[in-house]
Amino acid sequence: MSVFPATAAAKSAGRRAPGSAARPSSRGQRAAYGFIAPLGIGFAIFYFWPMIQTFYFSFTEFGPFGGHTWTGTDNYARVLRDVTVWQALGNTLIYCGIGLLALPLAIVIAALLNRRGLRGVSVYRALYFVPFVTLPVAVGLVWNWLYNGDFGLLNEILGWFGVDRHYWVSDPSTAVFAIGAVMVWSTTGYYLIIFMAGIKSIPQDYYEAAEIDGAGPLRRFFTITLPLLSPTLFFASVICMIQSLQTFDLIYIMMGEKNPAVGDTQSIVGLFYKWAFMENAQGAAAALAFLLMLLIAGLTYLQFRLQRKWVHYG
Amino acid sequence: MRRRTLLCSGLAAASAPVLAACSDEGGGTDGGGRTTLSYGMWDPAQVPGMQQIIAAFEKEHPDISVRIELTPWASYWTTLKTSMRGGTAPDVFWMNAVNFQLYAAHDVLEPLSEHIARDRTPVDRHPEQLVRLYAYDGTQYGLPKDFDTIGLWYNKALFDKAGVKYPDTSWTWDDLRDAAAELTNPRERVHGFCSEMQRQIVLYPAIHAAGGHVLRDGKSGFGDERTIEGLRFLTDMIDRGWSPPQSAMVENIGRVRFWSEKAAMVHDLSAMAGQMYAVPALKDHAGVTVLPKGRERTTVIHGLANVISAKSDKKAAAWKFVHFMAGRRAAEIQAKSGVTISSYAGTQDAWLKSMPEFDLKHFIAMEKYGVPYPSSKNTAVWENLQYPLLGAAFSGKGGIEGAARTLGEQMDRALKEERDS
Repeated sequence: MSVFPATAAAKSAGRRAPGSAARPSSRGQRAAYGFIAPLGIGFAIFYFWPMIQTFYFSFTEFGPFGGHTWTGTDNYARVLRDVTVWQALGNTLIYCGIGLLALPLAIVIAALLNRRGLRGVSVYRALYFVPFVTLPVAVGLVWNWLYNGDFGLLNEILGWFGVDRHYWVSDPSTAVFAIGAVMVWSTTGYYLIIFMAGIKSIPQDYYEAAEIDGAGPLRRFFTITLPLLSPTLFFASVICMIQSLQTFDLIYIMMGEKNPAVGDTQSIVGLFYKWAFMENAQGAAAALAFLLMLLIAGLTYLQFRLQRKWVHYG
Repeated sequence: MRRRTLLCSGLAAASAPVLAACSDEGGGTDGGGRTTLSYGMWDPAQVPGMQQIIAAFEKEHPDISVRIELTPWASYWTTLKTSMRGGTAPDVFWMNAVNFQLYAAHDVLEPLSEHIARDRTPVDRHPEQLVRLYAYDGTQYGLPKDFDTIGLWYNKALFDKAGVKYPDTSWTWDDLRDAAAELTNPRERVHGFCSEMQRQIVLYPAIHAAGGHVLRDGKSGFGDERTIEGLRFLTDMIDRGWSPPQSAMVENIGRVRFWSEKAAMVHDLSAMAGQMYAVPALKDHAGVTVLPKGRERTTVIHGLANVISAKSDKKAAAWKFVHFMAGRRAAEIQAKSGVTISSYAGTQDAWLKSMPEFDLKHFIAMEKYGVPYPSSKNTAVWENLQYPLLGAAFSGKGGIEGAARTLGEQMDRALKEERDS
C-alpha cells in the first residue's frame, strides 16, 4: 500500500523539476534493471520465449522431426472435443482439491511446533521438510512399495485389523486418492516452513495480552494466529493451487502405462506428455498446455479477487 | 559427449592446446583421416557384445572407428527425435517396428536398397517377415540384427507338486486351461497362468492363435469375432481365478511372479532367457516350449534393425558398418554374447549352448510361423488406446467383447487420421 503514494510523489516531483529529481531516480532504475538482468534474461530465454513459441505452435501441426504447417484453430477444436481432456481436467481439479488439504495440515503442525518451550523444533522441521526435497521419482517408487497389493506394508498393517488386501493404485476408485495422499505428504513440509516463518512474525504481545484476558490455546489460534497468518496463507494457497494443477511426475511414476486406472488418474500435464512425446501430436499438445495456462491464470485471478474478503493485512 | 564437442570447437578458436586435448574425444575426422561413427542403442546388456563386433569391424576397416552412444530405453525415442531435429542424431542407430514407419515416412532414414544390391548384403539369410518389417513403400531402410519370439515358460517344481505333465509342442489351449486350473493354489497364492495385459507377449499372440488379427490392410482387427475370442480366452482365466487380475499384475508383473515362483506358466520373450537363467531356482527348474495351439499355432516375432540417419555426413562409412552388422561374423559374435537371438540363419548355435539347461531351440523353431509385430506410421497412437480400454475387462470386471469393439472403432478412427495427415 505504501508504494503508491511514494511513486505519485516522485512523479509530481519530476513534473515540477525535471532536471534535478528525475535523473537520480532513472539512474537508480537502471541499476535495478542491472540487478534483475541475470534472472530476467534467463527467464526471457528459457520461459518467456518458449511460451510465445508454444502459443504459436498451438495453431500449427508440428512434424515429429521438425517443420510445421498452419492449421488455424484445429488444435483447439480437437482439445475441446476430446473426452479424455475433460476427464483429465476433472482429475486435475480433484488433485488440486486434495493438494490444498496440505495447507490446513501444515498450519496445524506449524502452530503445534511454535509452542513455547518445545524442544528439538529444528529436528521436527527438518523431518517434515525431507519429503519435499526428495526426488518425486524416489517418493513414487517407495510409496508404490508401501501401497503394493501383494507385499505392501499398508496392506500388511490393515490386515492386522481384518481389512482385506486392496490394490490401492490400480483400483480406479482409490487410485486418485492414493496419489493425492502422497502429494499431500510430500508438500506439507514446504508449507510448514512458510507458516512457521509467518507465525514467528506475529508479535508475541498479542498472545500475552490474550492470555491475560483468559483466552485458551484454541481461542488464541483462531482469533490471533489464523487472521494474522492470512497473508501467508493466501500466498501459500496460490502457490499450492498452481503446483497441483501442474501435477505430473508422481502420477507418471506411480501409475505406469498398463494400469487399468490410468484413465481415471491422468492429469492435464500427463495428457500433454502423452500427446507431445508419445503420439507425435505436438500442435494439439501445445494448445492443451496453453489452455491449462489460461485456466491457471483465471483461477489465480479469482483468488486475488477473493482475498479481499478474507485476508487481513495488519 | 556432444556438448563437450561443441564446447571444444568453441574453445579451439581461442587456443590451440585445447584443440589437441579434444581431438580424441570429438566426432568427425582427426588428423589421420579416421572417421568416427556414433552408434545409438538403448540396451546396456548388449554393450559388451556390440563392443566385440565393433572391434572386429574396426580391424577390417582401420580407417573407421565406432563409438557407442547409450541412451536408456525410457528416453531413447524422445532423445532421438529431438536430436534429429537439432542435427546431432547418431550416424547409425537401433530401430524397432513400433517407430520404424514414422521415421521412414518422414525421410529421416537413409534408403539402403541400392547399397544392398551393390554390396550383395546377405538379406536372404535373415527371416523374411523381419526384413519386410523394415521396408517402407518398397524401399529397404533397415537391416535386422536380432529377433525375438515368445515362448511358454513353466516352473517344473510347481508342475511336479501339482502332478501335472510338463507342457510340450503338442499342447493346445485346452491343455493350457486344464493345467492352469490344476496349478492354481489360492492358499499359497500361486496362479497357473498370467493373462497379463501386455500386447507383445500376451495379447497379440493370443489374438493370432485364435485366428484373429490386430491390423490388416490399414483396418483394426479388434472388432473381429476371432480376435475377441482370443482376448476372451485370456480374460476368462482371470475371471476363473487361474490368473491374477491386471490390477494385481500392474504392481507385480507376470515376469516377477514367475521369478518368485508364484506363477506356474507365463509367456515371455526369448530375450528374457538370460534373466531367467540368472535366477538361481529357475535355472534348475524352469522349462520353455512353444506357445500352445489355439485355432492356429503361432507366436509374435519382432527384431531390431540397424538404420542410418539421413542427416549423417558419414554415410559411406555408416553403410560399411551396417553391412558388416548384417553379415555372418557379426551375427556369430552377437550369438555368443547370449543376450539375443541373432537374426542371421545358422549362427544361433552359440546362443543355444550359452544356456544348456533351457530348451531354447523352440524359440528359433517358432520363427517359421511367427507373425510380425503389427505396426503403422503412428503406431503409438492406437497402441495407447488399448490398455485404458481393455483394463477393466482384464481386471475381472467383464465386458471384453464391448471393450474390444470400442477399441476397434477408436483404432480405425486413429488409423484414418494417420492416413489423412
